[in-house]
Formats: sequence, C-alpha cells, structure tokens
Amino acid sequence: MLNSILEKLFGKKKAEAPAPVVPPPRDPDATIPLSPQLAAQLPPDAIKALSDLGSSKRMRIGIAQDVGRVRSHNEDVLLVFTGELAGLETMPSFGLFVVADGMGGHSLGERASSLAARTVARVTLEQILPSLLADPQLEAERPALQEIMEQAMTAANAAVVNSVPEGGTTLTCALLIGEQLILSHVGDSRAYIITDDTFEQATRDHSLVQRLQELGQITAAEALVHPQRSVLYRAVGQGEGLEVDVVSRRLPSGASLLLCSDGLWGLVPDDKILRTVQQASNPQTACEALVSAANAAGGSDNITAVMVQVPS
Amino acid sequence: MFETHKITKSIGKGGQTVGESSLKVGALLQDRFLIQGVLGVGGMGSVYKARDMRFPNVTKLVAVKEIINQADPGMREMIVKTFEREANILAELNHPAIPKIYDYFTQGDKSFLVQEFIEGKDLEAYLNTLADFIPEEQVVEWAVQLCDVLSYLHGHKPEPIIFRDMKPSNIMLDAHNNIRLIDFGIARPFMTGQKGTMIGTEGYSPPEQYRGEAGPTGDIYALGATLHHLLTKQDPRIEPPFSFSERPVRKANPAVSLELEAVINTMLNYNPSERFPGAKAMKDALLSLRRARTGVLTQQLAPAAKPAGAASAVAAPPAPAASGEVAPIWVFKCEDELRGSPLIHKGVVYIGAYDNNFYAVNAAQGKLMWKYATDGGLPGSPALHQDTLFIGSEDKRLHAVSAKSGRVQWTYYTDGPVRASPRVAEGHVFIGSDDENLHAVNVLTGRKAWKASATGAVRCRPAVSNDMIFFGCEGGEFYAIDFGGAQKWRFKAKRGLTSSPLLYNGNVYVGSIDGQVYALEAKTGWNVWKFRTNKAVISSAAADENQVFIGSADNCLYAIDIRTGRETWKFETEGQVNSSPTVNKSVVYVGSIDGCVYAVDIANGKLRWKFRSGAPITSSPVVVDDIVYIGSLDHNLYALTA
Repeated sequence: MLNSILEKLFGKKKAEAPAPVVPPPRDPDATIPLSPQLAAQLPPDAIKALSDLGSSKRMRIGIAQDVGRVRSHNEDVLLVFTGELAGLETMPSFGLFVVADGMGGHSLGERASSLAARTVARVTLEQILPSLLADPQLEAERPALQEIMEQAMTAANAAVVNSVPEGGTTLTCALLIGEQLILSHVGDSRAYIITDDTFEQATRDHSLVQRLQELGQITAAEALVHPQRSVLYRAVGQGEGLEVDVVSRRLPSGASLLLCSDGLWGLVPDDKILRTVQQASNPQTACEALVSAANAAGGSDNITAVMVQVPS
Repeated sequence: MFETHKITKSIGKGGQTVGESSLKVGALLQDRFLIQGVLGVGGMGSVYKARDMRFPNVTKLVAVKEIINQADPGMREMIVKTFEREANILAELNHPAIPKIYDYFTQGDKSFLVQEFIEGKDLEAYLNTLADFIPEEQVVEWAVQLCDVLSYLHGHKPEPIIFRDMKPSNIMLDAHNNIRLIDFGIARPFMTGQKGTMIGTEGYSPPEQYRGEAGPTGDIYALGATLHHLLTKQDPRIEPPFSFSERPVRKANPAVSLELEAVINTMLNYNPSERFPGAKAMKDALLSLRRARTGVLTQQLAPAAKPAGAASAVAAPPAPAASGEVAPIWVFKCEDELRGSPLIHKGVVYIGAYDNNFYAVNAAQGKLMWKYATDGGLPGSPALHQDTLFIGSEDKRLHAVSAKSGRVQWTYYTDGPVRASPRVAEGHVFIGSDDENLHAVNVLTGRKAWKASATGAVRCRPAVSNDMIFFGCEGGEFYAIDFGGAQKWRFKAKRGLTSSPLLYNGNVYVGSIDGQVYALEAKTGWNVWKFRTNKAVISSAAADENQVFIGSADNCLYAIDIRTGRETWKFETEGQVNSSPTVNKSVVYVGSIDGCVYAVDIANGKLRWKFRSGAPITSSPVVVDDIVYIGSLDHNLYALTA
C-alpha cells in the first residue's frame, strides 16, 4: 500500500500585515484517516503500522513565512515535498525542502527565487522519484544523489540567468532519504542541525562577512551588524559556471533540520533559535515561534523557516 | 566566463537600482562645460565627457564627475564641506600619473569635479580584449609606476593620502603606455550603508578596510590584488573574497616567475604588518626582480653565493635520505610474487605467496616459523578467528589453518579459483570465488551454510555490518545481503568491482574498474556521491575522520572528503596505485606499480618517505606497532619503520 503525502507550499502570497502570517495550523501528529470499512478489513498489525506512520515514526514538518514588518514584498520562497511508504514494503522517508531568498528590484527577486525553487525541485524529483519507488532488490541503477543535486542547482541557475537576468537568489536545498541528508547551497540562507544538546550550522554563508570572520578580521557579533553584512559573493543568477556547495550528512535520530532565510537568523540569535526549537512541542509551532521572534526583533526582512524532525 | 559588469552591479533588495545619468548630451554646466557623452555610471552618479567652452578656439576636453547627494539638509552641508576639502587637496597634487583638477562646484543636490580628460583605455577594459596573458615584464613596468604614484600620495604632508580604490578599472593607460590613476576616493565618504542583499564584492580591498581601517598598506594590498588580476585574468570580484592565497598566480599562469609571485604574495598578506612597509620598499623588490632578469643581480650576488653553496654541499645528508628513500628493517624472501596483504597477530606475520605457500614469519626478525602449502597460488589476504587463519587459493579451496602450528583444520571447495579474501563474522567465513558466488562457510566445521550468486567472479573481501554483508563482483554488480543470504539491495557500476568495500560511518565506499569511487548508503543502497579518477580503481579505500583514501590506475593516491565527495589532495606516483592504502598516526601508506612504498602526510598529501622494492607492488601495507609490513612482486616481504 502506498501513501504518498505530497505537499507543495510554494511562493505563498502573503497579506502585507505586520503580524506573522503562517499556514493554517495543522495537527502534525494527524494520522491518515481510515474509514471504518477499511479498518475492519486490515489485520491488526497493519493498523498499527499506519498509526506509527502518523506519529513518531514519521518525519514531522513545520513551515512558516512572513513578509516582515518593513518590506512590502515577499521575495522569500519555501517549498516542501515529502513521501512515505508503509505496508509490506517500506521506503525510507523522503523529503525535499527548499528555501530561497530573492534579490533585485521590480519583483525580480521574487521571480528569481520562485523560479529557482521550482526548477531545483523539478530536476531533483524527476531523477529521484523513479528510483525511490522502484523495488530496491531489482533496481540497481542508482543515480548519485550529490550529482543530481548539483545538476538541479545548475539548472536553477541557468533558468534564472535566462528568464530573470537582472535578478538573483540564494538557494538552500535539503534532500532527506531516511537518515541520509544531502545539502546543496548557494548564498546565505542557512541550514541548521539541531539535537537535544547540539546546535550546528551545516551550511557556510557565501558572504563577505563570513570570509572576514574566517580570516579573523571581525567577530561573529560584528558580522551581524556590519554595514556590508548582506554582500554575497556567490548567488544563483550570477552567471554561468555557478559553484555549488554540496555535502552529505547523516541526521541523528530525533534531530531537527532547520532551513531559514537571513530574515530569521540575522535577527534571532543562535541561542534563541535553539531555545525556541527546544521549547516547541512540534516543528510547526517551532517555525511559527521563530517567525514571531524575528518580527519581534524588528522584522526588517522577509522571514522563512522550514523545519523537519526525523523520528527518534 | 562571468560578465564583470553584471557582477559588480548592485542589486538592491528594496527595489533600488542604479539610475540613469542625470545630464543629457548637449547640457551646459555652469555656462561652461558642454556635456558630450557619458564615460561611466557609478553608485554616486555619472562621469561625463565634456568640452570646456572657455577655450572656444581649441577643443579642450574634460571629465566631469558628478556626485549626487541626497542626504537630509544638515548632513548634506557636511558632505559638501568634506567634498570641497578633499577637492582642494586633490587640486594641489602634482604628479604625472594623477589627472589635473580644473574646477569643482556644487549645484543643488549635486557636486561636480572637473578634471583632465584622459584619452585611453583602463586596464580592465584592456585585459578583457586580450586572448593571452599580459607579459610579466609589462605588468612589472606598470607596477613600478604605480609604486611611484603611491609613494607620492602616501608621502603627502601633513596627512598621507590613501587612494583606497586601486583596481584595474581605475588605472588608465594613456597614449604613451603610461599609467594614470583615475577615480580618487573623493566620493567614498558619501557612501552610506548599503540597502538589501547585494551580489559581488569590491574584490581588491584589504580585509582591514572592512573594519574601517585605511592606511598606506591597504593600498599595497589592493595593488597586489590588481597585479594578481592582471597576471591571472581571474577577476577577484567573482572569486571568494580574500582567496588570493588559495589561488597563487603561477597556478593560473605558470609563465610568471617564482620571484614575482613571492612579491605579490607579500603584498597580499592579511596582516598589514606582513606586507611591504611602504610603496618604496615594494618598488625596490620589483626593481630587483627586473635586475635579476637582466642579469645584473646575478652578477652582483655571484661572489656571495659561492661559499654558501660550497658549505651546503659539505653538510649535505647522504644521497638515500635526500631522495626520501629508507632502508628496510628486515626482508623475507619467498619463491614467487607476493600480491596479497599480510596479517599480523601476536608477533607473527602471515602472508600468502604465488609460490602456493602460506607463510608465518616472526615479526621481529623476519624468520620463517612455518609454511603451509596449497595446490595453487595465493593472491588474497588471510583472515583470523580465534587462532585459526583462513585464506583462499587458486586451487579452488578456502583453507583453515592453525595459526600456531600451520596445520590444516579443514578446507572448503568452491567451483572456481579463490582469488578473494575472507571475512569472518557471526560464526561464518564469507568468501568470494571465481565461481561467481559468495560462500558462507561455518567457521568450525568448514561446511557450507549458503551461497549467494553474483554476475561475475567475486574477488573482493566482503564488508560486514550488524545485519548485512556487502560485496561486489567482476560483473559490476554490488550486493547487500542479510546473514541468511537474502538480498536487501543491489547497485550496478559501469564496470567490475574488484575493490573491497569499506564500511565507514554508515556508508560503503568501493572503487570500480570504471574509474569511479562510489559512496553508497549501507542501509538503502542510495548512491550518495561518486568520485571520478582517470583510470580503473582496483585499490580498496581506507578512512580516517572525514576522509577516505584510495588509489587509482591513473598513478594517484586520492584523499576524498566524505561529506562533499571531493578531492582534498592527491599524491602522484610513477605507476598504477592498485595497492590499498592504510592509515596509521596521520600517515597514509600505499604501494605502487613503480615498485615503491610511499608514506604520505594525511593532512596535505606530501611525501614523508618512500621505499623502493625490486618490482611492482600490488600488495597492501599493514602497520602494527609502527612497523610497516608489505609484500612485493620481487618475492620479498619487507618490514619498514613507519
């Protein structure tokens, strides 16, 4: 039996209200509703498997986005796709998560970020879904995941260069297959890996202030208030030959992955992000609380947060 | 290639983009300057080409720089005062490489600076027209001129003048091939904080400038960055900022001399105190380069160089050490080639040879303890379980031999020569055979538990996790099976898999004859990354922290970052590296077809030492208690100091 949960939450147009606008609250622990007739036909352990699927055995997702308190446009994009298979056969939990933060006036930024997110997801899914849904004992042709992510980023870059030549965007993608995490990234939208006792920034910003910090010229605190803190040296849409950071990691069980734009990390300090995540009962309330915290700190930019927690 | 104009353009997040020029062709400024065209558009305003109408009988051209000042009235007044003060300073300057200032004035929210018009091309535009590199001599000549003008500016009294914006596009080449410095930093105080995310950095500015520090040594850094760009054709605005040390000049342009590269590296030190102390010292360094090339310097230094050379010859270490070669602790001679790896246990070295014998040799002295004869060559390596050794033979059998006595305990027949190495786990010996099966054999009885079929000969040593066995075959298929022999997943490489899989941090790393190294997730078989070498990978990987090490028939030993799947370093030998590396205390050891064993620094891939045997080495080294044991096709087993 296949239950594939596909979500496409893409480039949501937000009301220009100062209060955080978040997607309608969902119960993150909601199980797939079973009709009484179907439940009666299923053996008891099948019902158990399905309820497991709906709770701690399934990856849990949270998303929140807000235009912030200063800007009139939302140039951020978030995109989420997830897939599960339960029954006789199993498939590792699948998730694709994208955050992009566009730049360029006259709506160029939002066009660039939307196009980049859509393209990177299309190219990735086209190549991975057939392998994901194939019989693992029969399917031996397996594309290299890092290579796919790199191709997808390159395709997103080409799309932006061709269609929105004056615009640009950051692009941070997380592909999760079971515990295997592939992160691909350009710009300064970030990925954090958070466990009960660790907080790690898993991406490295392609920004001037990041380089200055690495050279010991300025401190992390100085970087946050540096007049040129928004200067990137690498972004999607910059030209051909984009260099992409791609890394593979293993997510420890129970760990959370947070993707966010600089509208969040630029305003909410790391320790506050960690505390907010730890105090939240699930990824959805965590993302909502993070967006509220960024607005409370001034909301000077668009704010996007995507969080996924893997089963413990 | 990137288009520079696009990168350097700022893209304002808030919708602010650089506007068009505010003055049109034909406009008359101050009843005097007739605008004839736009020379450039910058963040502060435009630069125009204009004709000075006070000289009606001659065409006197000027460059008019416009600075748009949109600050609030109080601030505006301060900015205008700063502008006028700086314009006064510039107007006093008198140097052939600095354009003359004719006039300056403020009109409403715009200030204008009128200066000498220079007919020519800036160095960035010039560089972009070239297909080849600019010759080193030419760049040095310009650099010497730029040192002169920087000396003049930095020597200005009472305060030194810091140019702050040295870059190819601010250097004009006039009709006489002389350097002219344009675009003085007069407009820079007008720059307020940038709004929104921008793409592209200044590229040439020193790190300390971003802390608000500007001194003469900052101009020296920017000149170094400029020379780097001119010589390498790599635009620093599209490279990671301050990445010059990662991109030395000669890497992009090997024609540049070591000496000039060294001068540029000094200019580009992150720490200002490590650069040249002033433009004069830098000019001296450049001039001595030029002298060296014309031979003047060589003659001057020749008498001094002689005694130094003689002294070093006396003190020179003996030849073997100079070539990095070492001598063995002991050598044990067999009757045929050694292809497999040794196993060291309780002070004894066990190794199979192509002379059909399985040898036990005292690890301390290299003395024979026993030998066990099979009916075929022994290309593989042994495994050990509770004082019993297991080794495959081309006589189609797996042999179980007592480690103490060398007496046979049992043998197990397959349907083909056994060229693979065994793995012991969960009470079974797992061994591949050229009969295209992986056999699971009871470790005590030597009876078959099951066999799993493959699409080709199985010649690797399988890897084992808590619940799975991993192995590849010469048909290119790779299998993950459980302890009952049931298949969990498969993977197909383009060519055979002779390399033994390495299970490390949840991934399986395996090389293929197709030239790739694959990282496969152990649980699911997903191909996380693949790393391309230029020839077959028969070598098996070794791991340490975040790196795996593996050899290739392209003659190289590679270090690969396991997170990125990218090369961290490679070490080139003079023959195929089919031997498998081993890691011990921050050193990687590997053999090569060139006959040598190499000890390579794990951090940077630099050679520590090498040992030359009498024939190619395909055997893999084993290190125990700081002694390296390795076999060679010269029939010898060597013990070397690690």
